Amino acid sequence: MRNVFAVARKDLVVEWRARLLLVRVLPFALLVLVLFAVALDSEALLERAAAGLVWLAAMFAALLVVQRCYDIETADGALDMLLTSVVEPSRVFFGKLLAVVGQLLVLVVVLVGGAVVLYGVRVDAAGLVLLVTTVVTAVIGLASVGTLYGAVVAQLTGRDSLLPLLAMPVLAPLLIGASRATEAAFGSRTIDLATGWAWTALLAVFAVVFTAAGAASFATLTEPDA
Amino acid sequence: MNLPDESSDSVIQLRDVVVAPAGFPALAGATLEVRAGELVALRGANGAGKTTLLRLCAGLAPLARGAASVLGVDLSRDRAAVRRSVGFVGHRNGLYGELTARENVAFVGALVNATRSEVDAVLEEFGLGGRVADTRAVALSAGQRRRTALASLAVRRARLWLLDEPHSALDADSRQQLERVFIQATAAGVTVVYTTHERSSNSQPMPRTITMDAGRVVQDHA
Repeated sequence: MRNVFAVARKDLVVEWRARLLLVRVLPFALLVLVLFAVALDSEALLERAAAGLVWLAAMFAALLVVQRCYDIETADGALDMLLTSVVEPSRVFFGKLLAVVGQLLVLVVVLVGGAVVLYGVRVDAAGLVLLVTTVVTAVIGLASVGTLYGAVVAQLTGRDSLLPLLAMPVLAPLLIGASRATEAAFGSRTIDLATGWAWTALLAVFAVVFTAAGAASFATLTEPDA
Repeated sequence: MNLPDESSDSVIQLRDVVVAPAGFPALAGATLEVRAGELVALRGANGAGKTTLLRLCAGLAPLARGAASVLGVDLSRDRAAVRRSVGFVGHRNGLYGELTARENVAFVGALVNATRSEVDAVLEEFGLGGRVADTRAVALSAGQRRRTALASLAVRRARLWLLDEPHSALDADSRQQLERVFIQATAAGVTVVYTTHERSSNSQPMPRTITMDAGRVVQDHA
C-alpha cells in the first residue's frame, strides 16, 4: 500500500502545483453545463436532462484529467523511471487510479452544484444518499476505465485523440447507469429511488470489473517493446 | 538459452544479442561482459546501437536472439525482474518538473522505504543540498537535473546504473561533478555503464571504453 499512496500523492502534488483541474478542467466542465442550458433553453427540459448533462460533462472532463495523469509520466521520460523502479505495475495503476478518483470527485461535486444552480434540480435526504453512492461508484468506474485506457495510449503518438475514441464507447454503459441513478436521486417523476439503486448496483459491478481488469493488465499494457 | 560462462562478479553478460525494434536490427550480434564496480563508456556514432544496448540491459527492449543476463537474471525469461533491479536514466531525466529536487528523490525513496535523513544525505552527496533541494526540477540547471536523476538511482540503492549520454548539455563544472559522482558510485560497488558521443575522454578515473558500430562491439579498451 505504501507504493500506491506514494504514486497517488506524487500525482496529486504535481496536479495541485500545475493547477490543471482548477484552471482548465473545471471551467471546461462548467462551460459545457452552461452551453447546454443556453442551447436547450427550457426549464422543464433542463430539469429532465440535468443528470445526463452532468455525467456527459464529467466524462469529457475526465478524459482531460486522465490525459494529464499520463502526460506527467511522458513529459521528461518518467515512465521509464517508473518502469525501472521497484514498484509492481499494478501498484502504479492503483496509485494513479486513486489520484484520478480524488480529482474526479471534486469535479463531479462541482458539476452537481452547477446543476442545482443552473438547472434548478432539488435533492431530498433519501435522494442525497443515493446521489453520494452513485457519484462514488460512477467516479471509480470512470477513473478505472480512464486509467486503463490511458495506459493503452500513453506511449502512442496521437494519444490525445485516441483516448476518447477508445474510452467513450466503453464508458457508454456507465454514462447510462450514472445518468439514470442520478435522475432518480434528483427526484425525477420518470424513475423511482429503488430503480436508481439498481442502476447504482450495476455501476458498482462496472467499477469492480474495470478496476480488476486494469490491475491485472497494467503490466502488459505498459510493457516496453523497444 | 545458452548463456556465457557464469562469472561470480559478472553484472552484464551478452552473447550475440540481436534486438530488432520494428524489424530493424539495432543490435546485430553484440557480445559484452561487464563486471561489478566497473565504469564503462559505450562509444559510437548515431545508430551504432548504444542506446538500444542500454535499453536491452534495463529490460526496456525485448531480446530477439542471443543470450543475455543482467544481475544474474536471464533477460529472455524475466525482463520485469531486471527492470526492478537496475537504475536507468535515458536521454531525458525522468523527473517531475512540478516537484522539487528533494521531492523527486523522496518519491523514489518512498518506494523503497528510505527515511527522510537518507534522502537528505543522498542530496548532500550529489551536491543538491540547501536551496537547490527545494527548487522545482523545471527550474534547475541541466547539470542539477542530471544529478537529481542520479540521486534517485542512489536512494533506491540500484547496483547497476545505465545512463544514456549523461554528459550531454553539461558545462565543464557539471561534468566534473558528474565524474565525482561516478567515482563515489563505483567505489561503493555500483557498476556504471554510460553512452557518449565523445571520441576521447579526460575522465578520471578513465572508464573502460567500448566502441560500437552497426549494432556490434568493435573495440574494447580496458
